[in-house]
Amino acid sequence: MTAPARATTAHTTLTERLRTRIEHTVPQGQALPDRQPAYVRSWVYVFGVLTLSAFLVVLVSGAILAVGGLTWWHTSSVGHFVNSLHLWSVEIFFATMVIHLWGKFWMAAWRGGRGLTWVTGVLLFLASIGTAFTGYLSQTNFDSEWISTQAKDGLNAVGIGAFFNVLNPGQMLLWHVVLLPFVVGLITVWHVVLVRRHGVVPPIDAVAPGETVPGDAPDLSTASQEEARP
Amino acid sequence: MMLRAKAPRRPVSDSHAFPTRSYDLVKEFLIALAVVTVLTVVLAAVFSSPDDKAISLQSWAKTAPSDVVATAAGELAGTTTSATYGPPYNTNGDGQQLLFLPLQKWAGVRYPVDSANDLVVGPLRSMTGDPAVTGALARWDSATAQQRTTWATAYGDALSKAPDGEPAKVASGDYGPVPAMAAGFQRLALTGGLEQQLTSGPFYNADPTKALLLLADGSYLEDQARAQSLGGDQWGMMNETGNYPGQPWLWLYTFWYQIDPFKSSDNADALVWGLMMVLTLGLMLVPFIPGLRSIPRWIPVHRLIWRDWYRRTGH
Repeated sequence: MTAPARATTAHTTLTERLRTRIEHTVPQGQALPDRQPAYVRSWVYVFGVLTLSAFLVVLVSGAILAVGGLTWWHTSSVGHFVNSLHLWSVEIFFATMVIHLWGKFWMAAWRGGRGLTWVTGVLLFLASIGTAFTGYLSQTNFDSEWISTQAKDGLNAVGIGAFFNVLNPGQMLLWHVVLLPFVVGLITVWHVVLVRRHGVVPPIDAVAPGETVPGDAPDLSTASQEEARP
Repeated sequence: MMLRAKAPRRPVSDSHAFPTRSYDLVKEFLIALAVVTVLTVVLAAVFSSPDDKAISLQSWAKTAPSDVVATAAGELAGTTTSATYGPPYNTNGDGQQLLFLPLQKWAGVRYPVDSANDLVVGPLRSMTGDPAVTGALARWDSATAQQRTTWATAYGDALSKAPDGEPAKVASGDYGPVPAMAAGFQRLALTGGLEQQLTSGPFYNADPTKALLLLADGSYLEDQARAQSLGGDQWGMMNETGNYPGQPWLWLYTFWYQIDPFKSSDNADALVWGLMMVLTLGLMLVPFIPGLRSIPRWIPVHRLIWRDWYRRTGH
């Protein structure tokens, strides 16, 4: 089952076009399927959903911190505990995300038209690094003093610092709680939709039942070891 | 050994064409969420999180008064990091270049900082009730720019040669009003009034850019950071105060600062950024780079991941 072909009828309104686009983005029944290919049977698959779960815990703990305000956690034991929740959920988020990334690399999960899924995953990783970084800059403590005065040099050296002032915790906090989480959330949705659109990548060299096998050629172009086979 | 002609690409089978098994995604998500939540709570309860108090200019003046005086002299002489920085703070330096492209210079001066006037002389003008300071400022104002620099440079040099950098032990010399200004600056910081003078805005003081530049111009902040292994040559960017994990995902960025030619280059920041941009682009484009995209085939970790499938299908 692949993404269904576009309807051939001409659509005249933007609403119709948008509806058709949404309806055909993911094959019917695959947005939230209750069955998966039989090869989806490994602990590696768990790390994607663990990353998503950690992201939610990060968002919730960050939202509670936001209720208290910028410096609440310095003066309140409850605030400090929430800050601890935020810190450790971020560490878990990155740990699971990196394992997920490496898992997808070794699975060559970009095969079969899934290149954009990989690209959005890397974008997600980068946006997450930026989000975490601005969080460290917004701590209003010694750590943020030191990190900001050090980080400014790298950002200034390539001209970014002229627009993204890491010495200004007010600007960094707004990037941290509004702009970057929005970007991360948006790319996350894009990434997950792409995963559901294309389905879970089959094992390397696996052939679906009923498909013809033209030799044992690899589906990636390549490999000197394939070419050098006697 | 004969080389076989390169086989044509075969499309990857449609994942939806494979046999399926029951798989409850929602249940998987809820279990994952519960596991992550419990793990987060346990880690937070057991290890807490670091929160070393910010260094205020007042605490700096109290703990390291000599450093405050030396920093003030450096700002007046125009020899500190901020005074010679260049964009985005001033035009006193060209900044770094990336492949001969002066990106730092092109970005321009967006946060103007005149280190001598904005960080030292300006705040001192608020000390209207201090005759020593007002007298020193009057003499400073009437001197030529060259004379000011000569005084401040001489005093800065003398401080660096004094035992422990103590102003009281500085050799006698022609330093003009600079010692009085630097001492007044330290007194101002001690009262807590310097923060107010350096933060922007008449009431809402949300931007401590100038205060942070001043603090970083001194050696106290770096001394405290190095004591916690946070220096640039100590993998500092990815470390955290205490024994907490910081930002280990920045390990590759931090790595380049530990090795030549980066660690000894005046252009290190631009070089490291440029290199990281190339490497990041490479990571993003792995699926499209011949050779790189074939590594998973050459090192068959995938056979471990899909061992059940390969065993059952006889691969």
